[in-house]
Amino acid sequence: MSKTIPEEEKTVRCIVCPTGCEIHVKNVKGELIIDGHTCNRGEEYAKDEFIAPKRILTSTMRVNNGLLPLIPVRTNQPVLKEQLNNILKEIAKKIVNAPIKMGDVLIENVLDLGVNIIASRDLIRV
Amino acid sequence: MKEYKTDVAIIGGGSAGLAAAIIIKKSGLDALILERDRELGGITLQCIHNGFGIHEFKEELTGPEFVQRFINEVKHLEIPYKLDTMVIKIEKNKTIYAVNNKEGLIKVIPKAIILAMGCRERTRGNINMPGFRPAGIYTAGQAQRFVNVEGYLPGNTYVILGSGDIGMIMARRLIWEGCKVKAVVEIQPTVSGLLRNEVQCLEDYDIPLITSYTVTKIHGRHRVKGVTISKVDRQFDRIIGTDRFIECDTLLLSVGLIPENELSHNAGAELSSNGGPIIDNNLETEIEGMFACGNVLQVHDLVDLVVAEAKRAGINAIEYIKNRYGKNLKKKDKIKCLTGENVNYIKPDLINKSDISKEIIFSFRVQRPERRILIQFKDENNNIVFKRKKRYVIPSEMIELNINLGESGASDETKTIKVEVIPQPEVLIDNND
Ligand SMILES: Cc1cc2nc3c(=O)[nH]c(=O)nc-3n(C[C@H](O)[C@H](O)[C@H](O)COP(=O)(O)OP(=O)(O)OC[C@H]3O[C@@H](n4cnc5c(N)ncnc54)[C@H](O)[C@@H]3O)c2cc1C
Ligand code: SF4
Repeated sequence: MSKTIPEEEKTVRCIVCPTGCEIHVKNVKGELIIDGHTCNRGEEYAKDEFIAPKRILTSTMRVNNGLLPLIPVRTNQPVLKEQLNNILKEIAKKIVNAPIKMGDVLIENVLDLGVNIIASRDLIRV
Repeated sequence: MKEYKTDVAIIGGGSAGLAAAIIIKKSGLDALILERDRELGGITLQCIHNGFGIHEFKEELTGPEFVQRFINEVKHLEIPYKLDTMVIKIEKNKTIYAVNNKEGLIKVIPKAIILAMGCRERTRGNINMPGFRPAGIYTAGQAQRFVNVEGYLPGNTYVILGSGDIGMIMARRLIWEGCKVKAVVEIQPTVSGLLRNEVQCLEDYDIPLITSYTVTKIHGRHRVKGVTISKVDRQFDRIIGTDRFIECDTLLLSVGLIPENELSHNAGAELSSNGGPIIDNNLETEIEGMFACGNVLQVHDLVDLVVAEAKRAGINAIEYIKNRYGKNLKKKDKIKCLTGENVNYIKPDLINKSDISKEIIFSFRVQRPERRILIQFKDENNNIVFKRKKRYVIPSEMIELNINLGESGASDETKTIKVEVIPQPEVLIDNND
């Protein structure tokens, strides 16, 4: 997925370890200038956060005939932050039938992003 | 009354109880899990966010995924469990009384007990907030259960009091469900949960974190209509003229957790300052053969550490049944652990003198954040028996240390061990770990 770099400049608070360094990332004609980090892991993190921040999305999906009315779900890999809302809408549209097993794919290739929505637990039918 | 006999009765079927049951069953002894909820799994079932299991499974799982692995193993090993079964009393001789709607009152007679009842949230009563009692005030954990398990939203527009992790995680969750979160209000000058949650749950969604403020008034007689927040000084007293009104229909309280210990207390186990039962270095309470682990003992940040502690409780219960049960051995002499400068509580509370030359896992929390500190263990004569430097301590991160005190000067003559967290003397400032 090719993406243009969004902003010129950004301060990222590193969450990789509890030190919480403030890292400045600057885009100077396509080249990234990074400073404020104390270690390489922080540099990598700040770069990813600047270019394409990604998150695992966790939510719940409605269920028919289950022990519970909902099943917790997640994306099987991190997705671009800007896609989170669109994916949430897809999850909200869907109702699945119990029984469900942990890891079952409940939405395949959501919005053609190459990402699946999977079940986070077992849920028996009642 | 129906009666059950078992080697180890486990009270609570959350992560701690399940992990303990598995290790006991694998040793060849019997376990029986008593759980008051409709299913096994405990609090982790409602924590649908990811971030669990990094130590235990070396991958980042959601709460339900983490505990499902333990539930699957409990079922695979055919460990008996009773659901919808609430333990109401433990007697000094360890006889347990519980109720469920199929059998009524039942009696369980175990050789050993593992307490694994988890913790509960502090509520408005615990933090002393005046006002009417309109609808629309919940603890963050209650809201988490409504939204993630029961499937309904407690309101539309929220203010969250307290910047604990559960509150911040709920803020993001509510935004994802289409609600508005006006602010997270924190009485301390700094956030109380993890930085990771501050960044990924609040900053990502531009939710204001208002520090050194607290809620001083709740508006609305039948339903919350808004809250007044006010700035506080260092003594947490309200500063006149700083009041701000925020309109909302729901107030969530994320103001901390306390171990759930009426049962243990009524059984005769004394509690220590953190609300958990007093235990020795084998996680054994003052009632012989009764052990405690997980959040009922001390509130943990990481479920991985809960599981590790529960396995130790299981192993110690097995040891008790094999070597000490029914033998009426003399009580062991103990060294008392005390809290000093900037230490909120310390576990264990007691060390068996006979174990002083073994590795012991100590865990504690600090009272306030501090950089460049020295952790010191001192005996009653102020001899330093252990020290370690640390770059950074905060109350929201439990500190765990594995120490052999015998190697550094403590002996079975030692009477007390005091733990303190002090600023590093200048000469030590290089080479922090
Ligand atoms: C909201 C929240 C978010 C968290 N987020 C994270 C995270 O992101 N990552 C992480 O690693 N850790 C996290 N934790 C911490 C971790 O999940 C917990 O510390 C851990 O799950 C506690 O396990 P436990 O078995 O001690 O307690 P619980 O899971 O609470 O289990 C206790 C069980 O005992 C039962 N019980 C209580 N009293 C009785 C009785 N009288 N009779 C019968 N049964 C009884 C309860 O019903 C419950 O099932 C979080 C904790 C909370 C509360
Ligand atoms: S940059 Fe390195 S030291 Fe600083 S917070 Fe990130 S991981 Fe920690």
